[in-house]
Amino acid sequence: MKTNDVILQFTAKLVFFIIFLFSVHIFMAGHYTPGGGFVGGLLAASAIVLLILAFDLKTVQAGFPINYRIMTAIGLVLALGTAAFPMFDGKPFFTHYFDYFDLPFFGKTSLHTAMLFDAGVFLVVVGVTMTIIQSIGEDE
Amino acid sequence: MHNNLLLLPIIIPFFTAMVLLFARKNVMYQRTVTMIGLIAAIVSAFYMLNIVYVDGPQTVTFGSWPAPFGITMISDMMSILLVVTTLVLTFFIVWYSFSAIGIEREKFYYYPGIMFILTGINGAFTTGDIFNLFVFFEVFLMSSYLLIVLGGEKQQLQGSIYYLVINIISSALFVITVAFLYSVVGTLSMADIALKVAALEQPAILTVIAVLFLVVFGLKAAIFPLFFWLPKAYKSAPAPILALFGALLTKVGVYAIIRTYTLIFVHDQSFTHEMLMILSILTIIFGCIGALAYFDVTLIIIYNIVIAVGVILFGVSQMNSAGLEGAMYYLVHDMLIKAALFMLGGILIAITGTANLRKMGGLMKRYPLFGWTFLIAAFSLAGIPPLSGFIGKLLIVESGFEANNPWMSIVILLSSLVVLLSVIRIFIYAFWGEEQQTTTSISQATYTQQFTPVLLLVAVTVAYGVGAELVAPYMSAAGEALLNPSIYIDAVMGGE
Repeated sequence: MKTNDVILQFTAKLVFFIIFLFSVHIFMAGHYTPGGGFVGGLLAASAIVLLILAFDLKTVQAGFPINYRIMTAIGLVLALGTAAFPMFDGKPFFTHYFDYFDLPFFGKTSLHTAMLFDAGVFLVVVGVTMTIIQSIGEDE
Repeated sequence: MHNNLLLLPIIIPFFTAMVLLFARKNVMYQRTVTMIGLIAAIVSAFYMLNIVYVDGPQTVTFGSWPAPFGITMISDMMSILLVVTTLVLTFFIVWYSFSAIGIEREKFYYYPGIMFILTGINGAFTTGDIFNLFVFFEVFLMSSYLLIVLGGEKQQLQGSIYYLVINIISSALFVITVAFLYSVVGTLSMADIALKVAALEQPAILTVIAVLFLVVFGLKAAIFPLFFWLPKAYKSAPAPILALFGALLTKVGVYAIIRTYTLIFVHDQSFTHEMLMILSILTIIFGCIGALAYFDVTLIIIYNIVIAVGVILFGVSQMNSAGLEGAMYYLVHDMLIKAALFMLGGILIAITGTANLRKMGGLMKRYPLFGWTFLIAAFSLAGIPPLSGFIGKLLIVESGFEANNPWMSIVILLSSLVVLLSVIRIFIYAFWGEEQQTTTSISQATYTQQFTPVLLLVAVTVAYGVGAELVAPYMSAAGEALLNPSIYIDAVMGGE
């Protein structure tokens, strides 16, 4: 069955960027305010799912040729690496480091290693969600 | 004493699993990396064992938070002994898997699944935070879901439904119980909970929570009357996975019962420990009935898990030094010997092509070494001296007499006879008698590959029994730490 969904496809392409940028915003906001890698990751995954709904699995896979299983593995390594790093410094596991930096353009910014851990979580969440959805979607 | 190294037996399998995820189709890569990871983890665990033996319990509280607020990981004698045992027997099971699990499963995240399950189990043994215990339970349950459905045979899926449903229910109950406990004592660190419970002198509500915990962990440990799911769920799993689950998963439940019932809920023993004792005796009796009732190799060994859980928990319920030391001895022995027996059973089924005892026979002529190994494992399971089951059982029986429960001890002695009968029946049916027409599914070379790790594991259990003198100081240190919760509490709260 072929349906005419030009409007849906056009809107999805636009909305995808809005959702994706919002997910990055939520991810960055995560340290002091509600948000973080988990929600951010879910939002990013939902943006991709929206594209899958509007187009189909094959088109989207061609658009993002990403192996989501490898992405999950990279996310895990990043998260564990950040958590384990303090061990080499003689501090307890999971100790995080932070400081304030004067960056050009951003001004005074606080940078945390917790953000790297969260980036790992972000990748894992996107990877796992997309793996699940792809495996179910391929099953028709 | 703050020491990050105690995390290595958890982190190494975790990291190995991640590395394995990158190339799942390459079987050689999967096998090599898994073995390297396991050996590294075993070395680190033995190193920690020595440190704990010399310096006492080691702790690390995550993120440099002060003790009751951060999540504490603590390696005391009992934890580290169980971690060592877990890693050692997994090493042999993985080795056995090379020739027994099948290339299809190896390509589909079998080894990462095992590594994640190790992360969860070692984490559960090591954590000092009751909610974190739940998290690690979930980690190894998730991985066990993968392993139990992996392959997707019809029988297997039927069994895994039981497994999934029962574990989801018990996990939900676990969180609820932790929430109850938190609402009463206002803390999640087990050492801090122990202090708060002591200060409150365990009012009735805490006894209720203790019973709820017994239900939650009892479901995992398969005690009476909550063991009904175990035979159904395990029966259809492939031999290496069955060996892993049979040796490890119920024991994590047993560990959790031991930990909570020696550290936290120790103020109303006339009720809680009395109940634990009665349940453990009933567990033994029903396990014995099951072990004698079947002619299926796998089911007989599965019901022997239930019996062993009863024996260990009886030792714990006596709350004296003989009982706890005996429980530790027996716990380690049972993990090793169950892994060996399930693998031996797996080889038996592979050789004869059937699990039904009535259709086997006369294997002694063609597989003499296999027969004798099986006999040694069977004697060891029943606790015949000087094999490994003996000392643990002896101490547990002694503790029953000491604590004035002679009849219970006699039940345990009688259960040993039933255990012996049940496994000797396998031996008699399979190895004696006329040689049967069998449909052997494995070649001689595969048989040798499968048998070597099992033979070595049985040798390890024999060494554990004969060399009891050498392990005795470790076991008595573990028993002593269980009897005096203050050692654990001081290690956590003493801080830096």
